[in-house]
Amino acid sequence: MKVLVPVKRVVDYNVKVRVKPDNSGVDIANVKMSMNPFCEIAVEEAVRLREKGVATEVIAVSAGVPQCQETLRNAMAIGADRGILIETDVELQPLAVAKLLKAIVDKEQPQLVLLGKQAIDDDANQTGQMLAALLGWGQATFASKVEIAGDTATVTREVDGGSETVSIKLPAIITTDLRLNEPRYATLPNIMKAKKKQLDTFKPADLGVDVAPRLTTLKVEEPPKRQGGVKVADVAALIDKLKNEAKVI
Amino acid sequence: MANLVLAEHSHGALNAATLNVISAATAIGGDVHVLVAGHNASAAAAAAAQVAGVSKVLLADGAAHANQLPESAAAQVVAVAGAYSHILAPATAYGKGVAPRVAALLDKAQISDIIKVVDADTFVRPIYAGNAYATVKSNDSVKVLTVRGTAFSAAATSGGSGTVESVAAVADAGVSTFVSAEITKSERPELTAAKIIVSGGRGLGSGEKYREVLTPLADKLNAAMGASRAAVDAGFVPNDYQVGQTGKIVAPDLYIAVGISGAIQHLAGMKDSKVIVAINKDPDAPIFSVADYGLVGDLFEVVPQLAASL
Repeated sequence: MKVLVPVKRVVDYNVKVRVKPDNSGVDIANVKMSMNPFCEIAVEEAVRLREKGVATEVIAVSAGVPQCQETLRNAMAIGADRGILIETDVELQPLAVAKLLKAIVDKEQPQLVLLGKQAIDDDANQTGQMLAALLGWGQATFASKVEIAGDTATVTREVDGGSETVSIKLPAIITTDLRLNEPRYATLPNIMKAKKKQLDTFKPADLGVDVAPRLTTLKVEEPPKRQGGVKVADVAALIDKLKNEAKVI
Repeated sequence: MANLVLAEHSHGALNAATLNVISAATAIGGDVHVLVAGHNASAAAAAAAQVAGVSKVLLADGAAHANQLPESAAAQVVAVAGAYSHILAPATAYGKGVAPRVAALLDKAQISDIIKVVDADTFVRPIYAGNAYATVKSNDSVKVLTVRGTAFSAAATSGGSGTVESVAAVADAGVSTFVSAEITKSERPELTAAKIIVSGGRGLGSGEKYREVLTPLADKLNAAMGASRAAVDAGFVPNDYQVGQTGKIVAPDLYIAVGISGAIQHLAGMKDSKVIVAINKDPDAPIFSVADYGLVGDLFEVVPQLAASL
């Protein structure tokens, strides 16, 4: 079975972003970009499924600016077999991405789409669920364990009160949570090999998808800044502050 | 204009987050209706009808909703969505699973995790782990929203006089089935609703030490217990303890961070707490930059002292 893994290029998780002075957005010029960590977990899981003989092919797909190619090469260095780039300069919102992915699913007919649960830039947590709805497929979000047998995936999910296990009929959507796996480091030989793997490029229009944004960002601001407080000398001083100054105990 | 709130409920009662969503819906303006999709859920519907600000409750009672799976829940919302200008759900594991499906089925954008209602079309939401707040306007005719509970006060559970109306429950979509749940049992307050949270990080060293050091303090304060991602990844505590960008977002009156260095992803989950206390042996730990009161010291000495002195 084919597994499709959408991957997103985002500001690296170690970068503390700054809001632009004109409040039009955050400044991402000259900051390090990486694959969204949850997407990396999804790629790793798909590659493990292939290594176990469950999946036959792992296809990475990304949508956005031409530099998303680097993210796809990174996915192929982890072990994806080939890549698809949907190239556009338009700001892509989750619904548009889900529609683009649906078009790719229609073309490639994967039995499983594995995605990150959320991207660490817009923190939307929407794309996988939207894609599942557009396809009429079942979904298992926030996966911490995935087992596939026949045409069924049994998925343990991280939920608010603990964990929950669901069984979904394939084809299906699974989104990854942090504890699903620890992605491998791409080795130099695999990075070299990834450069030669097939990478096809489409435009949204080729797929017949309207990606016009539905939401307008009016402004982006710094959150209210929290002032660092004081250091206290010992436990007695701390209790005094909590009782008499903050009055929280 | 009317707003539909998708209720999260269990065992005949509304989950706390639902009350915060009702407040957000009230802030938008217009009638507030609540959809309770469940199986034998009439008690939850009756509770919803009592909540201040709610004028009508739609009860979709059917076997398809027995385990509140998102495929059936989303289909149910869409089945009743016709007249509503706004559809709101809590930004919880449940709401996050259902709302985007609803939005996609209606071909509308979703705005996730709103923290403020500016007007009926415009909302504020955090991006980049809360390092920026975006003010976002929707150009769609229907707004699908998830609501960050800590940003809105809870609506009063009494004083409402809503009517309960039964609606036909959808059939099971037949694509997913519930197998089992392992819900962490605890006598403590729920993390996202607690007034005081004692939270531990990698500095505790092990699950045994986490419990041995933090439990007496949490008991004294009647506090919920939380953890950093590092402590969860290391297996000290289960995943539902995690506070942070992709874990739980909390805003208690008092947050005591023990042995937590303060990665931006952790700060994203707790920096709206009213008072933050940090206990860490590293005086340069980033957690001190957001803490109201910092105590530099060995947590294995300081925390038992603190618990004993309260």
